[in-house]
Amino acid sequence: MAKKKTDEVNFAPRGIGDEKDGAVQKGVDLPAPTKKKHKSLGLSEDDLKAMYEQMYLQRRFEERAMQQYQKGKFGGFLHLYIGQEAISTGTVFALNDDDDIITAYRDHGWGLCRGITPDEGMAELFGKKTGCSKGKGGSMHFAKTENHFWGGYGIVGGHIPIGGGLAFANKYNQNGRISATFFGDGAVDQGAFHETFNIANLWGLPAIFAVENNGYSMGTAARRHTVKEIVDRAKAYGMKSKVVNGMDVFSVYEAMKEVSEEVRDSSEPYFLEIRTYRYRGHSMSDPQKYRTKEELEEYQKNDPIERLKTYLKDEKILKDKEIEEIEEKVEQEVLDAVEFADNSDFPDESALYDDMFAEDEPYFHN
Amino acid sequence: MAELQFREAIREAIDEEMAREEKVFIMGEEVAEYNGAYKATEGLLDKYGYKRVIDTPISELGFSGIGVGAAMNGLRPIVEFMTFNFAVLAADQIINHASKAGYMTGGQISMPIVFRGPNASAGQLGATHSVAYDSMYAHFPGLKVIYTSEPDDAKGLLKSAIRDDNPVIFMESEQMYGMKGEVSEEEDYIIPIGKGKVKREGSDVTIVAHGKMYHVAKQAAAQLEKDGVDVEIIDPRTVKPLDLPLIVESIKKTNRCVVVDEAHPFAGFAAEIGFLIQREAFDYLDAPVQRVTLPDVNAPFAKNLFDAWLPDAKNVIEAVNQVTYRN
Repeated sequence: MAKKKTDEVNFAPRGIGDEKDGAVQKGVDLPAPTKKKHKSLGLSEDDLKAMYEQMYLQRRFEERAMQQYQKGKFGGFLHLYIGQEAISTGTVFALNDDDDIITAYRDHGWGLCRGITPDEGMAELFGKKTGCSKGKGGSMHFAKTENHFWGGYGIVGGHIPIGGGLAFANKYNQNGRISATFFGDGAVDQGAFHETFNIANLWGLPAIFAVENNGYSMGTAARRHTVKEIVDRAKAYGMKSKVVNGMDVFSVYEAMKEVSEEVRDSSEPYFLEIRTYRYRGHSMSDPQKYRTKEELEEYQKNDPIERLKTYLKDEKILKDKEIEEIEEKVEQEVLDAVEFADNSDFPDESALYDDMFAEDEPYFHN
Repeated sequence: MAELQFREAIREAIDEEMAREEKVFIMGEEVAEYNGAYKATEGLLDKYGYKRVIDTPISELGFSGIGVGAAMNGLRPIVEFMTFNFAVLAADQIINHASKAGYMTGGQISMPIVFRGPNASAGQLGATHSVAYDSMYAHFPGLKVIYTSEPDDAKGLLKSAIRDDNPVIFMESEQMYGMKGEVSEEEDYIIPIGKGKVKREGSDVTIVAHGKMYHVAKQAAAQLEKDGVDVEIIDPRTVKPLDLPLIVESIKKTNRCVVVDEAHPFAGFAAEIGFLIQREAFDYLDAPVQRVTLPDVNAPFAKNLFDAWLPDAKNVIEAVNQVTYRN
């Protein structure tokens, strides 16, 4: 029965005002990172160097992209992945190179990790013909299908069933590949998420579904936009699940290695809630009034790149100087990419009509 | 020629293409064990098994998206909707993903997928089961849209649709599945997408009608013949790409045109054809183009209201009378 008419009606999502006095409100609770060292995870020192270089590249690429955006070099949306680099990196190092990856619009890190060069990526941001998607997609639609990176997608949750479809085709063809579909915490509220989970389990799709829970669905805290723990959604669909620390590349790698092997062997879907934090706003015009500076600073203490750097030094794998060399190399690559993008041509006007249809001379209504 | 029901023509097309290409599979609600809500897929499960004839839950958005992902990753899905009225739930996959993924990735993705099922109304089914969606899908770049009226067209065009490397919307009608017609027995019978057909030759007036409305136009033409009006009927068969030259050629002969369309009037197929005719054949027109469409009203249930709502031969005759100044 509805409450008495005299009670105030209130649709404010539950959870507001729950924070304890004085404590920093948290976007997500990070589970403990893995205690394993690189050797017991099966990672070589060269792997670690490559991981560090990759994460540092993703970070610097986006920081430079942000500068170029602010200078007015390109428009549109720019959703930055900064803070979440351990997830793309740990995953790509754990999966086979021909496993299929698809993600949402926060996709630059994923693209770089799956072989889009900084030149191709930056040029795509600039909308140049030399971009990975020929300047047709922009920030949200990086793709490199020859490397099994199927792209970034702009409708929240819209690509979740598509990730299921990639897995469907892999099972149909019995090619031993699996798919891994990444999305933000906002997407778990979409019908597409639930429909796909149901079907994935009905048909035994070899698919990993992973939410990169960065605590915020645009400006709405996870605690305000979704009920209960996200990971528990899996239970309703009979799927195995796990919570992973997404600020630690070893934890992501360990989980992805284990889960991908299981999914490949069993042809059963698996759900991962990977907890992380996005340092920047949702896109570029976000005043971020929904969180405190203290909260951000709290998560930056767990920065995935600093964390790996500390490990590399503590384990005496790399000296300061060697780390600096990697960083300088990446810095130069990114600066070159900016120059490349700047100097590249925009697509020819005739390209407007290219890539709409499979035919060479398709019909266009007018 | 063999006489087949519409559903049999559809089934033959699917069967032949599945036999020809291992990558073709069909999924949808009730397509497998139930043998198809309208028996269009009868017997296919027995022949091809559960790998290629797949029952889905009632999750149009989910299974359409799985079809899209499967198409991207090398398969050739046929996604059946029990009716396109339910496909509205899958519109995000059709409109935002199937039609756009190739373009926005600079041509890295191909999308050989067919979305098929019955379109528009089928008797007193109420407001949510009675809408014609062909014009709506034709609005979006990147989609091909077919809405056939006879078994022969259905077979030849569905085979083309399945072989097409682009997303194709293929529409049928619950009320036409039992309809019989002569179907070519030519081996591997293909009708190219984008080619209309003069289904009745005449000299006085051109009627453009597709899907179920073709049959309404045909009825009207038979009655008008008794009154000495010689009607030409053009069935575009494919809504997009549209065979405009065929329509224009006919109007150059008859100088008058009525468009019969089972959609609502605003910005629909009839509106588009009317615009194109004024642009391409203005000097040949002896009267303004008229259209017969649904009213700008939802489908009612009550029999008398439903009959008043759906275009019929009488409405078509009235429109022909207007363009021929016979009233």
